[in-house]
Amino acid sequence: MKAIRTRGGLSVRLDVRTAVVVALLVAAALAGGVVLIGTGDFDIPAADVVRTLFGQGDAGQDFIVNELRLPRVLVGLLVGAALGLGGALFQSIARNPLGSPDVLGLGQGATAGALLVIVVFSGSAAQVAGGALVGGLVTGAAMYVLAWKRGVHGYRFVLVGIGLNAFAVALNGYLLTKADFVDAARAVVWMTGSLTGRDWEQVWPLLWLCVVLLPLVVAHARPLRMLEMGDDAAYALGVPVERTRVVLMGCAVLLTAAATAAAGPVSFVALTAPQLARRLTRSPGPNLLPAMCMGATLLIVSDWASQRVFGADQLPVGVVTGVLGGVYLLWLLVTERKAGRI
Amino acid sequence: MLVDSPPEPSADTAPAPPARRVLRGAGLVLSAVLLLAVVLASIAVGAKQLSLGQVWHGVFQDSGTYADVVVGERVSRTLLGLLVGTALGLSGAVLQALTRNPLADPGLLGINMGASSAVVTAISFFGVTSLSGYVWFAFAGAAIVGVLVYTLGGTRSATPVRLALAGTALTAALSGYLQAVMITDNAALDKMRFWTVGSLASAKTDTIQQVLPFLAVGILLALGLARPLNALAMGDDTARALGAHLTRTRALSMASATLLCGAATAACGPIMFVGLMVPHVVRSFTGPDMRWILPYAALLSPVLLLGADVLGRVVSRPAELQVGIVTAAIGAPVFIFLVRRQRMAKL
Repeated sequence: MKAIRTRGGLSVRLDVRTAVVVALLVAAALAGGVVLIGTGDFDIPAADVVRTLFGQGDAGQDFIVNELRLPRVLVGLLVGAALGLGGALFQSIARNPLGSPDVLGLGQGATAGALLVIVVFSGSAAQVAGGALVGGLVTGAAMYVLAWKRGVHGYRFVLVGIGLNAFAVALNGYLLTKADFVDAARAVVWMTGSLTGRDWEQVWPLLWLCVVLLPLVVAHARPLRMLEMGDDAAYALGVPVERTRVVLMGCAVLLTAAATAAAGPVSFVALTAPQLARRLTRSPGPNLLPAMCMGATLLIVSDWASQRVFGADQLPVGVVTGVLGGVYLLWLLVTERKAGRI
Repeated sequence: MLVDSPPEPSADTAPAPPARRVLRGAGLVLSAVLLLAVVLASIAVGAKQLSLGQVWHGVFQDSGTYADVVVGERVSRTLLGLLVGTALGLSGAVLQALTRNPLADPGLLGINMGASSAVVTAISFFGVTSLSGYVWFAFAGAAIVGVLVYTLGGTRSATPVRLALAGTALTAALSGYLQAVMITDNAALDKMRFWTVGSLASAKTDTIQQVLPFLAVGILLALGLARPLNALAMGDDTARALGAHLTRTRALSMASATLLCGAATAACGPIMFVGLMVPHVVRSFTGPDMRWILPYAALLSPVLLLGADVLGRVVSRPAELQVGIVTAAIGAPVFIFLVRRQRMAKL
């Protein structure tokens, strides 16, 4: 931890290790993106990809890179970043490493909205995304309202989330049994989370949302860190506890819902990214930026792995992240047990 | 009985005054009557409505008429619901006492999901098609996930929140696996999308025959554990001082919960919240004494499950709603209500 001071009396704190980790993760995510653009039925060397991205490739490569594959990779990066950030916020607010939005029902709530559109209205892709967004927001609002009782306490918030999750799972199961077979297959692929066939239409809304929300979140990062010490301690330090929580929860819900709308409920990125980032930076607190970059890297690498291992577009990326989540849970089990914490 | 000389229970579980004991006994009789009513409703209500006379005729003087065939189908469905309901309620009560956790439920802790993942694995990868084959997978899955959740939730220091979170996270991981199987195997998807929501509709007489021995052992084991579980509720040290065998009690409780959840899930898919709700409702009028909670839970859980099944048949006639969906739709609000109540943290 270093503090940089100017002569004018301004100062900024800089955690060197965190800064290095963030830089490395961003580099890894971008490199992964370039490799991912080059991967597919028509392989393109990384150097050509970079050249084409800067507008100097031939027409054929230009079409493949900028029209077909770049938007997909951008959606992957943005979704990963949004999920990582949303997960870090939720885990910090819930004060529990397992309290991520996908465990607490936001993913399932958004899925319920999307399935409703697929099964009942046979809607277009854009309408499905809209349904997912609305579903996620409604779930988030319900979670807050139901957990409210003179303030939102961590454990009540978690348990209400689990209850809503169960409810949404039942609703999704019902919708799935109501569907005819074609819709059911479409719904199951959507429910797993996939980047296949994403184009610029999905990139822009997500990008604008991240651009708007990121400064808001970063501005509240310090109060959030105080909040982790408990409501009373935070009050004593002058943090507007409930307001901070409402603002940050709103941001996290929006980020998660928008990411789900763009790519489906990609599971476990929100759960694992903040924890992995925390292990890398070795710094306490919510680790918002590292978690965000870690999410983007994770999703891109998972998508690349799913294409490399199983062939192009055979398995949606959500399956890979799901396996990742299972491994993470086991790892948590082993390490926490060794450390004597459980 | 596992405890030779019954421990002198605490004030809460002290032998009730005679009047209250009579009242509780009468309550048991009332529950049995309620169960009988629900059983009759479950046989009579459906796409084809039957009168009570037709039900009587079908059950006792079966002469092969159309109504009699319908009754026959519904009787096996009702019997299965009866067994599975009892199994889920008892396992919920045992798990709540074992983990000293008011929010323990075989569905919520992921145990049912563990059993169903194992069953799906058996169907999809090992080509097992008969219930008698995959019921063993279900037991293995239930047992493994039960132990995992307990460890992940932090064995001794397990709080309701940590256990529930660990269960939900494991459930999410397992359902991701289920989805992967369903995506790669379209035939499996068509079969499993109905099974994984939990349904009684596939009940046949041989289904019942195959799970009956396991469920019977599990139910008897659970009912026999009332006294040791009462001792366990007072804390490890006190229980040991009172002469209860802690390890044996824990192992037997876990075995009975595994048998009950595994067999129930193998027969009709994962069903949530029955094991959570019924013991809570029961505890509100029996108090913490397991000797009353267990019989009441055994009688009232099938009332809930069969009631949900009947409701599922009524609300979207002539199609029907799977019972797992109805119990979750009723159970999730009850769960949230329990969480909002102040006393939640204590059992």
